[in-house]
Amino acid sequence: MHTTDYLIAGSSHAALEAINAIRMHDGEGAITVVTRDPHRPYSPTVLPYVVSGRSTPERVYLRDDDFFAHNKVDYRSGCALAGIDPAAHQARLADGSTIAYRKLLLATGASPVVPPIPGIDRVDYHVLRTLDDATRLRAAMAGSKNAVVLGAGLVGMHAAENLVKAGASVTIVEMSKQLTSGYFDEVAAGMIEQAFLGNGAKIRTGHRVVGLEPGPDGATLQLDNGDTIPADLLLVAVGVRPELGYLDGSGIATERGILVDDSMRTSVDDVWAAGDCAQARGFFTGTPVMNAILPDATVQGRIAGMAMAGDPGLKPYPGGVPLNTYHFFGRHAISVGSAAVPEGGRAQVRFDAASGRYLRAVFDRDERLTGIFGVNEFFDAGVMAQLIVRRTDLGPLRERFFAQPLATGRELMSQLWR
Amino acid sequence: MGQAYSTIAFDPAKCDGCGKCMTACASVKFDSTDTTRSLIQIVRSGGASIEPPRPGEFELALCRQCADPKCVTVCPAGALGKNGATGVIDWDASKCVDCLLCTIGCSYAGIALDEHSGRVSKCDTCDGKPACVPACPTGALRHITTARIYNEVGSWEDLFAPGLAGCQGCNTELLMRHALRRVGPDTVLATPPGCVPGMGSVGFNGTTGTKVPVFHPLLTNTAAMLAGVKRQYERVGRKVTAMAIAGDGGASDVGFQSLSGAAERGERILFMVVDNEGYMNTGMQRSSCTPYGAWTSTTPVGEHTRGKSQDAKNLPMIMINHRCEYVATASTAYMEDLYDKLDKALAASERGFAYLHVYSPCTTGWRFQSALNIEVARKAVESNFVTLWEYTPESGLHFTRPVNDPLPVADYLKAMGRFRHLSPEQVEHIQNKVAENLRFVRKIAEQADER
Repeated sequence: MHTTDYLIAGSSHAALEAINAIRMHDGEGAITVVTRDPHRPYSPTVLPYVVSGRSTPERVYLRDDDFFAHNKVDYRSGCALAGIDPAAHQARLADGSTIAYRKLLLATGASPVVPPIPGIDRVDYHVLRTLDDATRLRAAMAGSKNAVVLGAGLVGMHAAENLVKAGASVTIVEMSKQLTSGYFDEVAAGMIEQAFLGNGAKIRTGHRVVGLEPGPDGATLQLDNGDTIPADLLLVAVGVRPELGYLDGSGIATERGILVDDSMRTSVDDVWAAGDCAQARGFFTGTPVMNAILPDATVQGRIAGMAMAGDPGLKPYPGGVPLNTYHFFGRHAISVGSAAVPEGGRAQVRFDAASGRYLRAVFDRDERLTGIFGVNEFFDAGVMAQLIVRRTDLGPLRERFFAQPLATGRELMSQLWR
Repeated sequence: MGQAYSTIAFDPAKCDGCGKCMTACASVKFDSTDTTRSLIQIVRSGGASIEPPRPGEFELALCRQCADPKCVTVCPAGALGKNGATGVIDWDASKCVDCLLCTIGCSYAGIALDEHSGRVSKCDTCDGKPACVPACPTGALRHITTARIYNEVGSWEDLFAPGLAGCQGCNTELLMRHALRRVGPDTVLATPPGCVPGMGSVGFNGTTGTKVPVFHPLLTNTAAMLAGVKRQYERVGRKVTAMAIAGDGGASDVGFQSLSGAAERGERILFMVVDNEGYMNTGMQRSSCTPYGAWTSTTPVGEHTRGKSQDAKNLPMIMINHRCEYVATASTAYMEDLYDKLDKALAASERGFAYLHVYSPCTTGWRFQSALNIEVARKAVESNFVTLWEYTPESGLHFTRPVNDPLPVADYLKAMGRFRHLSPEQVEHIQNKVAENLRFVRKIAEQADER
């Protein structure tokens, strides 16, 4: 049986940061990485750009073999985790082999949700989560005339834009009333919608797909109002959730993801979780939330690695803050923090139709920033995130901050974290 | 050993917000006059409502080329990476997918959207020659290249034994290890009585504390003995550097006649004085290099005396009057300057007498915390209490680190306990002495300029 000091399941951002953090403190302990994916590490976030051709599969890798050799990491791709026995400190792999570990990190990410639409098992559809998904979607995109994207989150919207640019007639079907809900507010979503409409996409928000039938060129979708839409390419992008079948019988507590404390420790000894599979404390809610975004995966992976290695420099997790950037038809949208207006707080909004600049900032009752959202209005998202996490009192600077978030944010930064 | 890197340093106290750095950057990087495109951004910080702005109110948004860069960790495309050779966070434009996630990762606004190109932009230090630095008229921006020394020095052999018995925070240990590394293994070393043999250069139990031949002359005959040793090596045809590491007491008091004689004869030796302003090894007695007002065990502070009542002898200026091949003053707070002078002194010692006078704060004898040695050394220079210069007979005396806007000498005196008792009159005396010394050295420097 293979034995290792640190066993890491998964190979994307959380796992890579954990390797760095472990090696900062423990230069020698044996690290083994097992990952379901057959490739070297890459980011799911880059995949829309592989679909668009902006990047290529061979250029997306985040680490090369030298990295693993240099850091003395035994990297095993195509090697999925199948089960855990925390009492025995053993992990079972899909090929039937067993690895004994001293400490285990679960960074297995998430998989696309496939909604239980009647007939979905009889039609061909795409998802976009792995490099192989991206390659397949890119190949299919070339010949598509009528594409349907199910789900208007960032993955779906990215793909829809790619399809539009590839010359397909594209319909976006989204259950909620607006596009990109959960990322951007109504006004920003309206701007995104206008951009898509202006480029020829059709948008069916507020509708559910109630049935799928094989059609002449692919599939035919039936909407809840009776409309039917033909699709020679169907992309299902309604969200992701972790696949946690390997936890069966392990006793590790889960809700929507693996529950962790502020040092990413799970409910059982010597097992940590980080990234899209983990459910950690939300900065605004104080309760465990799914915050499946790249920056949070790196923070969590770092913390988990430090905790596993016993690094005394560990600072507890500040809580997950939503952070998203989105690039559509040459425009940039950025969202930092929570869109909800806290009790006693307020939201300030400005919109300049001529320049297309939109800004919404949310403050709590103590004049502290809790969220900021912009389209074509650039500010330093990292500085804003710090203002939120540090619960900085903007006080008398609030008006100037709202007028000039870039300059005023930098001014605050220079006073507060030199 | 880890790699050290050059860096762009910013001193907010000197920045008046003129923006010339931004103009230079925008011009060099984008061929543009639009300073919002500059990769270095001067930001108005405190008291932004008061006009006109004053120095100290400006700060910097600039890539810090972090050792642990968050922008790199959040990049999904592998387009950002820390360059192990230069230390710069490299941005690969061909890999970047313009997702802007790096701007979320950076807390310092060091990587930001350039609205003209629609892409992120960040400082690449202009391949090691940052255009912003020479454009800065106030000296607020500096390009610190000292890292080069440490990278080089790291590959040279440390020629002292690992466990020298210096006091905690001893500057002399730092100095002698650096100096001997540079001078190299083909050296015969003379270490007369003082802290250098006191902490172990001459060794214990029959083994030396150095990996080069070392001997322990008397205080009185160091330069004479070393000159004889050097001549013998020359006679047998071996090229060897003859180096002395002597204290100020040994050099300026009883050792002075042999030092002066060797300098006058032009002996080909490198004589380095570690000036800690007293006989620190034997219990902190005063020497002729101890400054006015300083407490020592023989210039006590009590009812009748208030520290040393005479001014210090200016030994390096005396050495100039020997027309040595090379004379210089140096400080461990300015390592590039020190290494530059070591190189020149070493070369000069092949032609004649080379004299290097290094100011060396003493944690134990001067009474300050062991972590503050370099800080004290720096304040000595910043207040003009000591001046850094070099002299050769051909080109005369030149300041190497002129300080035109000096700190009050009181700032230096307050940094240590040996001056704690000073009366305002004594501080004034020292301030006047600083001015007088400076005038004197400047006069010599002006003569050199007239040539």
